[in-house]
Amino acid sequence: MSGDSVRRQIVGRGIPLPGNDIDTDRIIPARFLKSVTFEGLEQHVFVDDRLQAPDHPFNEDRYQGASILVVGLNFGCGSSREHAPEALKRWGIRGIVGGSFAEIFFGNSTALGIPCLTVAPQDVEWLMGTVAHHPEREIVLDVEAQRVRLGDRTIPARLPDAARKQLLTGTWNATAVLLEAGEGIERVAKDLPYLRGY
Amino acid sequence: MGETLLDKVWRAHTVKMLPSGQTQLFIGLHLIHEVTSPQAFQMLREAGLKVRLPERTFATIDHIVPTASQMRPFGDLLAEEMTVHLVRNCQEFDIRLFDLNSGRQGIVHVIGPELGLTQPGMTIACGDSHTSTHGALGALAFGIGTSQVRDVLATQCLAMAKPKLRQIRVEGCLARGVYAKDVILSIIQRLGVKGGVGYAYEYAGSAVEAMSMEERLTICNMSIEGGARAGYVNPDATTFDYLKGRSFAPQGGAFDRAVAWWRSMATEPGATLDDVVTLDGGSIQPVVTWGINPGQSVGVGDRIPNPAEAPETDRAAWTEALTFMDFKPGQPIAGTRIDVAFIGSCTNARLSDLRAAAQVARGRKVAKGVRALVVPGSQAVAAAAEAEGLHVIFQEAGFEWRKAGCSLCLGMNEDKLKGREICASSSNRNFKGRQGSPMGRTLLMSPAMVAAASIAGEVVDVRELLR
Ligand code: SF4
Repeated sequence: MSGDSVRRQIVGRGIPLPGNDIDTDRIIPARFLKSVTFEGLEQHVFVDDRLQAPDHPFNEDRYQGASILVVGLNFGCGSSREHAPEALKRWGIRGIVGGSFAEIFFGNSTALGIPCLTVAPQDVEWLMGTVAHHPEREIVLDVEAQRVRLGDRTIPARLPDAARKQLLTGTWNATAVLLEAGEGIERVAKDLPYLRGY
Repeated sequence: MGETLLDKVWRAHTVKMLPSGQTQLFIGLHLIHEVTSPQAFQMLREAGLKVRLPERTFATIDHIVPTASQMRPFGDLLAEEMTVHLVRNCQEFDIRLFDLNSGRQGIVHVIGPELGLTQPGMTIACGDSHTSTHGALGALAFGIGTSQVRDVLATQCLAMAKPKLRQIRVEGCLARGVYAKDVILSIIQRLGVKGGVGYAYEYAGSAVEAMSMEERLTICNMSIEGGARAGYVNPDATTFDYLKGRSFAPQGGAFDRAVAWWRSMATEPGATLDDVVTLDGGSIQPVVTWGINPGQSVGVGDRIPNPAEAPETDRAAWTEALTFMDFKPGQPIAGTRIDVAFIGSCTNARLSDLRAAAQVARGRKVAKGVRALVVPGSQAVAAAAEAEGLHVIFQEAGFEWRKAGCSLCLGMNEDKLKGREICASSSNRNFKGRQGSPMGRTLLMSPAMVAAASIAGEVVDVRELLR
């Protein structure tokens, strides 16, 4: 794997997105899925929420250029659309830190090389508050040490082992890893009654 | 010590352990559709890879198809373009496609079981979160993202961590007018929309055992709304009877041998479970959602709750939901006026769902001002319903009888809510904007309850109409 696919640390300015259970329909509404590519998705991130709330963080000048998204609980629930992390990535998001993540969203983000770190609820609050007051400050998402640093404070974070290893070794694009099994794949298939024939 | 179906299916499909600690899991059946596959095929092309086992991938078109007329080319140019891409990709990579003139097209989670493609003991993947549906037949079925669609196309495998297992037991008999939809909405209401994260759900107990295959499909379908990526019911006589004679099911002597294997894959008594939750099926009443996630629901006879009484972590979400829905705490959910009624989706658009709704609609009229549509889950469901005259019952009552597709479940075709419309819907998601209007509102309920609401013009207890 090439060195530029290794995700040891993500450093950048933050953008807070308060609220729990933010589903992928809100991140990118279904009508923008009508395309055979992911191109241009960044223009529609949270588009309906942004129209309804002019002060939505993604509308605010002070957060433009941010690359670390701070979220609440169960972020990315709902539809499995990879368009959601793709849209965030194309907008500029490189890492996400929050209270918890829906499983498919977490996997989709990891598959795009976007680490999703989990921190304690009071730390989510602190991060959101601090970023809102100091949007210019850099956040460090430390994938290796499972920590988040902002200013002079470092808080513990969690990332499941599997995702962590994939990000640290640059193997988050699973296809190549899976292909290594070679004929082992067909061997398993041959033992399955429904493929071998009953 | 006994093993669970999850243990056995996982082991039978394990290719190897990956350095990441995940399992490389062989996928026995891969289903694709037009929305989440084109980018995956493109990635495959760019990497110079082939589809590893094209005969284990099947395609259909469901999300963007118009349901009023399905004449090609579609009026919607983007929908037409996506369809053309799917057809071309399937030709190029040698994948079987059930397209609009096959007589077998439909929502991917409706046609898999219906064609007998979905079978017990399989691993199944599809780029769609409601893939959990297929677990109803005793399969392990996972919704995946587009990069994983690429992985399965290229390798017939996924890198996955084995989930924990929670058994959800529903005991007793469901009351008349209470359906599988009410059961799963009650489960999600109780365990929460994130309660299942990290788990697969095994549905069991006397109420589940007594359910038909179509009811089990409804239950498993919404596992993902409870946060569980997969949900299943152990295969039993109901499963085998359902599969017998279906196009892609084993035939003749092979069927009997298959049944023996299927049986052997079921969870054994005494197997270790990570968690068990029990619900009393008899106490469940028809359920209606009042909020913007499928866990925000009440019984039809109940009042919309007060955020002040919500668990701390849910308080803000409840307030946000009430504001969006424009509902007041303490207001009864019954009596809520509706503008649109939708009977459809992979949750509730099978023949038994349409029968239950038709039973309510028969001889009655849709209330003035309500737009009501019935969208069968597949061409086969539509044909079966028409053969017994259900379409006439619906049409005489004032419902539109449509062609098969996802339709108003997610508003990717021309069926959308307008403005602030409220829709009584048999689908699975009431997220903000889900039904095509950013400010549109959705009330989830069973198909019979949708039929009842469409006739009353407001949310009513379907049991009053069944008397
Ligand atoms: S019917 Fe709705 S939930 Fe089911 S596959 Fe179609 S869009 Fe998804």
